[in-house]
Amino acid sequence: MSASGIRPGPRGRAVVTGLGVIAPTGIGAARHWESVLAGKSGLGRITRFDPTRYPARIAGEVPGFRAAEQIPGRLIPQTDRFTHFALAAAEAALADATADPARLPEYEMAVVTASSSGGTEFGQHEMENLYQQGSSWVGAYQSIAWFYAATTGQVSIRHGMRGPCGVIACEQAGGLDALGQSRRLLDTGSRLVLSGGTDASLCPYGLVAQLSSGQLSTEDDPARAYLPFDAAASGFVPGEGGAMLVVESAASARDRGVRPYGELLGYAAGFDPATGPRPDGTRHAVLASVIRRALADASLAPGDVDVVFADAAGVPAEDLAEARAITEVFGPGGVPVTAPKTLTGRMYAGGAALDVATALLALTAGVVPHTAGLARPADGCAIDLVLHHPRRTGPRTALVLARGHGGFTSALLVGAGDRRDPEK
Amino acid sequence: MTRPQRRAVITGVGAVAPGGHGREAYWDLLTAGRTATRRISLFDATGFRSQVAAECDFDPLAAGLTPQEVRRMDRAGQFAVVAAREAVEDSGIDLPAADPARVGVSIGSAVGCTMGLEEEYAVLSDGGRTWLVDHSYGVPHLYGYMVPSTLAVEVARLAGAQGPVALISTGCTSGLDAIGHGVQLIEEGSADVVLAGATDAPLSPITSACFDAIKATTPNNDDPRHASRPFDGRRDGFVLGEGSAVMVIEEAESARRRGATVYAEILGFAGRSNAFHMTGLKPDGREMAEAIRVALDRAALDPGDIDYINAHGSGTKQNDRHETAAFKRSLGPRAHEVPVSSIKSMIGHSLGAIGSLEIAACALALRHQVVPPTANLAVPDPECDLDYVPVTAREHRMERVLSVGSGFGGFQTAMVLGRPADVRPKPRPARRAARRPARKEAA
Amino acid sequence: MAEFTLDDIRRILRASAGVDEQTDLDGADFADTPFADLGYDSLALLELANRIEREYGIDIPDGDLAHTQTPHEALAYVRARLAEVHA
Repeated sequence: MSASGIRPGPRGRAVVTGLGVIAPTGIGAARHWESVLAGKSGLGRITRFDPTRYPARIAGEVPGFRAAEQIPGRLIPQTDRFTHFALAAAEAALADATADPARLPEYEMAVVTASSSGGTEFGQHEMENLYQQGSSWVGAYQSIAWFYAATTGQVSIRHGMRGPCGVIACEQAGGLDALGQSRRLLDTGSRLVLSGGTDASLCPYGLVAQLSSGQLSTEDDPARAYLPFDAAASGFVPGEGGAMLVVESAASARDRGVRPYGELLGYAAGFDPATGPRPDGTRHAVLASVIRRALADASLAPGDVDVVFADAAGVPAEDLAEARAITEVFGPGGVPVTAPKTLTGRMYAGGAALDVATALLALTAGVVPHTAGLARPADGCAIDLVLHHPRRTGPRTALVLARGHGGFTSALLVGAGDRRDPEK
Repeated sequence: MTRPQRRAVITGVGAVAPGGHGREAYWDLLTAGRTATRRISLFDATGFRSQVAAECDFDPLAAGLTPQEVRRMDRAGQFAVVAAREAVEDSGIDLPAADPARVGVSIGSAVGCTMGLEEEYAVLSDGGRTWLVDHSYGVPHLYGYMVPSTLAVEVARLAGAQGPVALISTGCTSGLDAIGHGVQLIEEGSADVVLAGATDAPLSPITSACFDAIKATTPNNDDPRHASRPFDGRRDGFVLGEGSAVMVIEEAESARRRGATVYAEILGFAGRSNAFHMTGLKPDGREMAEAIRVALDRAALDPGDIDYINAHGSGTKQNDRHETAAFKRSLGPRAHEVPVSSIKSMIGHSLGAIGSLEIAACALALRHQVVPPTANLAVPDPECDLDYVPVTAREHRMERVLSVGSGFGGFQTAMVLGRPADVRPKPRPARRAARRPARKEAA
Repeated sequence: MAEFTLDDIRRILRASAGVDEQTDLDGADFADTPFADLGYDSLALLELANRIEREYGIDIPDGDLAHTQTPHEALAYVRARLAEVHA
């Protein structure tokens, strides 16, 4: 044994047996997948507050989410919306996996979530109380709602999961890193890990902070605001929501008689210290190296990959770097590339987790979903972008890419399982 | 594919802590039993319930940061970068010569860049007057304050890392968990060198106010130097602190090859959650005891092998009782034989950062064979009846030490460090040998 | 000065700590049901105390309200504090 409990020898198999989705494309994995196939966008003008005065006014909001219908009433005032989403998604994922935590060993279940900016809206309200009324007006729940670990803590309490819980904050890459961590936990004594991420930073202070990154699109037409890899790319649109996944050892899923959506085959993470284009044209090198390491981790060759779910920054230099990295590993047009996140916007801690859920649904359905809304690929993006309509090509292996603000770079490979449909 | 057994060792330590500049001053403070708690000076705490804290006398320019770094980073980021630089220098590692893809970073933080985030909020909202905050007053690095991942980004840039980089945020166990994450990266073979540690700078009105609201911090404002009283019968809440410790963690074999001086080997760690309450702790210490048991198991050690416990010892009524129960539950009679101490009595509770400062203290304790004391401990509490090393540091023979943490959200983490293998006496044979798998060569 | 009633406790609990589907704040047994059985934990009681302090301008020493077990006991405690303050 080692300090972390890793034993020498190959990794055990990690499968995904449950999906819980709360996204601008709909509540529930089935509704989300219908929207993806139909190319139905969840982007629109922000309604959670009046965005008129801000230069970016388009976002992907979760339609019709009423916390009172989704989570216990007592938890609503003590948690932020990002935790509401995660509690609802976690419950849906467990139901989808037909997993009853009360019947599983408490120390062999864990919760690992990605967090990007924590309870942003809750925090803004409490800072308002502090600055307008005084320190004694800050509520007792600020101490447990604002911080980045709020979601993992609440989900672990709700489901009695007492194993090695965790929280990873790698901005948009965090969802993949949380899944990578859950796979490690299955190798060190856990059997079931609720993993994924959610985000809900669409409050005024959250949006204004995002504006300072200079990467939000200021386009006012929802259909034109987020066009990654397109000649008209103008930045990205923020989204809220995310996904929680039940990640389980293959043995545990088999024991429970549950068919998995698919398997986590390989994972790698790296860091790209560069920002913006590099004069030597090597801006794509770190991402390419991370993809190769993920393939090696999965013992797969580039030719084994049937579809790539792109990070799709929507920022021309970043799109170009991603296209070059994909081309370098797979060859020009060597693999279909898609970005259904044009329907949801970039969802920070929730984005990559949702992409993995979408990839698993695609493998389950045997369909490569298309990237809705693009018209003309940008010069230099020599990738086979799946446009206009889905392709029924029966993909068996998908690569999901994610990059987080500042240089986080992650890749996760998933393989098809033998599940039919998500629970409706 | 068979992976070789890899182990992680600490070869460099850097610290930004209350009461002095850098690692040496930090260790001096701890061994002198001096307290760095005082009335809050970083903001006007008039009207707050708790008005004491352990503050760092930190001048970022004097600490070696450039004006642009100072502008770009919030105080927590400045701490982390200064601590990381000291750790790299201490380890003697030539990072620019390392393969960047094999260099990783794992930084913990409970509340991220909350200080920068709050300062900017006050301006953008014009003192809380408007919900629709004014973006035209936004600073260019505002988004960097909103996401705690910035803290890991800054350390990664410093290290030139292109391997795995992560920010771990599990409340007050963030520091231990981030170091554990770094160890994991080395053991699984994803990196050969990891800068691991944690940072927090929570001394701002919003964080103080939220702990006031749940009465977790001490209201003892009249005697700041003696306000943090872990395990003492008069304890009435923790004292907020701030700071950062970062360590260079290396794969043991490559550290040996380059002739690095090793502080300690990380022998085992484990985390458990109580799934009980976001802030409350059951008095029985059950889940912390389980974390300790698993950490010992991974280290292939028995309770009798532990020579010192660096406690979480926050100084709240419930924590110190909970923790004492956890030690008894996991270590049995050994709990009464080993020295246990809480350095929070001297440097306060810096939330996520404290775990890294405690592991730094453990590394230094192993090197110097001195146990730092629990300051301010005078009045016994019948429920806390272990040897807490009151007031005065103690010379003590230590081969292996245990450090634990407990955090909001229910997180419980335990980590076991050992003196470097080359100076450590051979472990007793019998069951330990049988349980430790043979080292295998790389295929 | 406004009188402090069980309805005020209900109102503040609803606003600050929420209600679960299975909790009946309007039931006949409300006043004598322990807070724990109503689904309210130590944080909920701290928040209840904070809000009563602010709204009624009284000072509730640490832990005092947390030591009350039921809405009835809390009501008696707060009324006594109000009487002291306004005596």
